[in-house]
Amino acid sequence: MNGADKYQLNRNSYGRLVFTDWTGLMQEGVVPVRSFPITDPDQGIALIDSHGHELLWIERLADLPEDYRVLIESELANREFIPEIKRVLKVSNFITPNTWQVETDRGESTFMLKGEEDIRRLTASSLMITDSYGIHFLIRDRLALDRHSRKLLDHFL
Amino acid sequence: MQQIQNLSLNNLPSIWVEALSSQLIAEENVLAWLEIDLNTQLHFATSLVVVTDTRLLTKMASDEIWQEWRYQKDLLLTQRDYAGVGCLELFDAHARLAYWRYRLGNDIAVNRLIECFTQQLDYYLTGKLPVAEHTQVQCPNCAAFLFSEQEECPVCDKQSHTPPSTWTLLRLWRFAKPYKGRLLIGFLLTLCSTAATLVPPYLTMPLMDNVLIPYQNGQPINTDLVTLYLSGLLVAAVLAWMLGWARTYMLALVSERIGADLRTATYEHLLSLSQEYFGGKRTGDLMARIGAETDRINLFISLHLLDFATDVIMIVMTAVILISINPWLALVTLVPLPIIAWLIHLVRDRLRIGFEKVDRIWAEVNNVLADTIPGIRVVKAFAQEKREAARFHAANQRNLQINDRVNRIWSLFTPTVTLLTEVGLLVVWVFGIWQISKDEITVGVLTAFLAYIGRFYIRLDTMSRIVSVTQKAAAGTKRIFDILDHVSSVPESSNPVHLPAIQGQIELRNVGFRYGTRSITRDINLIIKPGEMIGLVGHSGSGKSTLVNLICRFYDVTEGMILIDGHDIRALPIAEYRRNIGLVLQEPFLFYGTIAENIAYGKPDATRPEIVSAARAAHAHEFILRLPHGYDSLVGERGQALSGGERQRISIARALLIDPRILILDEATSSVDTTTEKDIQKALDNLVRGRTTIAIAHRLSTLREANRLIVLDRGRIVEIGNHTELMAREGYYYRLYLAQARNVDTEDRAIVSVAEHSAAGEHK
Repeated sequence: MNGADKYQLNRNSYGRLVFTDWTGLMQEGVVPVRSFPITDPDQGIALIDSHGHELLWIERLADLPEDYRVLIESELANREFIPEIKRVLKVSNFITPNTWQVETDRGESTFMLKGEEDIRRLTASSLMITDSYGIHFLIRDRLALDRHSRKLLDHFL
Repeated sequence: MQQIQNLSLNNLPSIWVEALSSQLIAEENVLAWLEIDLNTQLHFATSLVVVTDTRLLTKMASDEIWQEWRYQKDLLLTQRDYAGVGCLELFDAHARLAYWRYRLGNDIAVNRLIECFTQQLDYYLTGKLPVAEHTQVQCPNCAAFLFSEQEECPVCDKQSHTPPSTWTLLRLWRFAKPYKGRLLIGFLLTLCSTAATLVPPYLTMPLMDNVLIPYQNGQPINTDLVTLYLSGLLVAAVLAWMLGWARTYMLALVSERIGADLRTATYEHLLSLSQEYFGGKRTGDLMARIGAETDRINLFISLHLLDFATDVIMIVMTAVILISINPWLALVTLVPLPIIAWLIHLVRDRLRIGFEKVDRIWAEVNNVLADTIPGIRVVKAFAQEKREAARFHAANQRNLQINDRVNRIWSLFTPTVTLLTEVGLLVVWVFGIWQISKDEITVGVLTAFLAYIGRFYIRLDTMSRIVSVTQKAAAGTKRIFDILDHVSSVPESSNPVHLPAIQGQIELRNVGFRYGTRSITRDINLIIKPGEMIGLVGHSGSGKSTLVNLICRFYDVTEGMILIDGHDIRALPIAEYRRNIGLVLQEPFLFYGTIAENIAYGKPDATRPEIVSAARAAHAHEFILRLPHGYDSLVGERGQALSGGERQRISIARALLIDPRILILDEATSSVDTTTEKDIQKALDNLVRGRTTIAIAHRLSTLREANRLIVLDRGRIVEIGNHTELMAREGYYYRLYLAQARNVDTEDRAIVSVAEHSAAGEHK
């Protein structure tokens, strides 16, 4: 389906992905994009050229040959920045805008919450918090957080 | 340069200063630095990138060693960004040497770093020092250009949101201030009326001791004394009644005015906010805030706050009276007071959170309605009534859940206060009887005490209710002040320049705009001469509408500037500036009112002949006359009685009437069919004549008249020229034009492929 034998994918010395299609045409700076980054990250990944046109549709990452999969996964990891909040350490104020000090899977950080409406419910227990610069912080399961975090978070729900 | 260097080092966080200064070679100047908050694996970690006059230096906070790259040929420092995270990359001719990741907060600093690096590299290679062309003041923190003697940088300012204080209610004073005098009178009346209500229990004391007890002990009743005491009771009651009426009326009067002022101020402020604000907020929520919240605050001031003030005064007075009668008994009576106060305090926080939640959930319920009702056609067409009902039900269910939780705390609260009241009374009884048995007090004193604290505890009970209403009012006040505190992202200049008449020359200088984390336009440079007609061409999403929004100043540029006749538009008063702009939108909005009113919207004092001639020029006159009430015909909420083309011509007449120097046509003919478009086009031709015109059109054929076409692609200008030139060039515009010429074919094909798809779908 994905025609893995008909194209080539590699990374050049500038750190860009290069895609060579079946006619031998090379495209530099292609990027993989997840179609459902939150609800189903491993399903439906598209390779997009620098003009935003789709070059290739990958139904599932697991279908790819090992080396391509690693390449695409590393490129995805390089692009994706959705820190997952593990603990809420401190909230400067219960009135927005306020500054949150959180522990994420990518280390400790602070961000500014502009208003309660920037906390979006994804499902009953998972939340997406958008900070003042538009970076998304994910809370996968708010019920699994520790008591202190839950209590702080609860003020805003 | 020297000055910039000093500034750079001054602002450098102290942890870096030492590390950096040990690295610098003699006479090496730091020109720019950037603290980076992510590492290459996108984990939060700080590092520093420094540009000096000889090299680029970098160090991770956790590392010991510095990395350096000296200036050499073919070095290139660039940045790109995606979803809120930027990437700064250093290349040489063959490979990427290094890259850094950062959150977009310091985007401007990054650009400055790159600029500095490029200048120094240039200097190193060519020996030419960059011309210091920036005569304007730059912000020391972020290097954004400041305009017209602005002291605070708008960029930095926007980032430092200071949260409002918890004592939000006190901020209402701003609205109460004009009514100081009347408030004072109200307060004095409250004082007097409260004092009057305290007289009757005091009179029970002599009534008991001097009349009833002697009578029980065999003495006759002293009629004079009884008459005196009883008339005292009556006078006190009548006085209390009159004073109470006066104070309630006076304060209700004031609070109603405060509420009205608050509503007006909020709405006025709301109107002054930028387009950005309305994009992010939902209509239902904003409507609830202005309507319901102000009403709640109003009620709070007129009723609950007044009661509370009365209660406090009463408690203080009662305490004074009790202590003056018998300090010991008073002490025992007053002991439960701190306990109740503590209880109130305990519950306060929980209730406040609860009520804020209730408010939020209430807004959510409203939002569901605001989403669905305007979109009712879609809901019905796709037969999703059940789903929408379920959504509403879910929101309601959450509302219930949260209310249940709040009520659980709340319901416990009142009975507890009542219990404490009973216990308090019991204590007074016990201590009072014991004191009587020791002959320390008379029966009259005990009766008076019981009468007092009967009221006293009842007041405490109602006082405890103030907790919830105060919290509700505070929550409401906060939500109102959320709006009032919101500084428009399109601020009015503090030192405006007034232009009597503008020529209509528009210059865009290095204009860049970022919406949230998406960079929409970058480095747009364009000069539009007065009277010139410009067509903006490009795919959807190429930044055409953004450019128009920037020129209208619905948003402010994030980089660069827009000049009108050589003046930065940010230095002009907004309303004065916009008066020069006529805007015709794709989806014309007609307000509820007559057609004449709608045409005269931008110039309410227009005479009837003016309105008619504008309508004539807009080719709207004839169809208006065909309507049963002519110019006095009412058009509905969205002008539903009129067709798209008719509405569009009314909005063209509206733009014509204000006779603007600059005209903006944002897809003015896109939503109508080709025949109607021809009518509108004729109307537009009248409108365009002699004005600086910027037109966006999806159909390229409508832009044939334009002097120049600006072709945009992904936020940049890719081609400029008129139709013939651009066609001859066979570039981007040529392809766009051909694609549109083929449109008829592709539309046919699209239908076929859709049919195939749906057939395939059925097979599955």
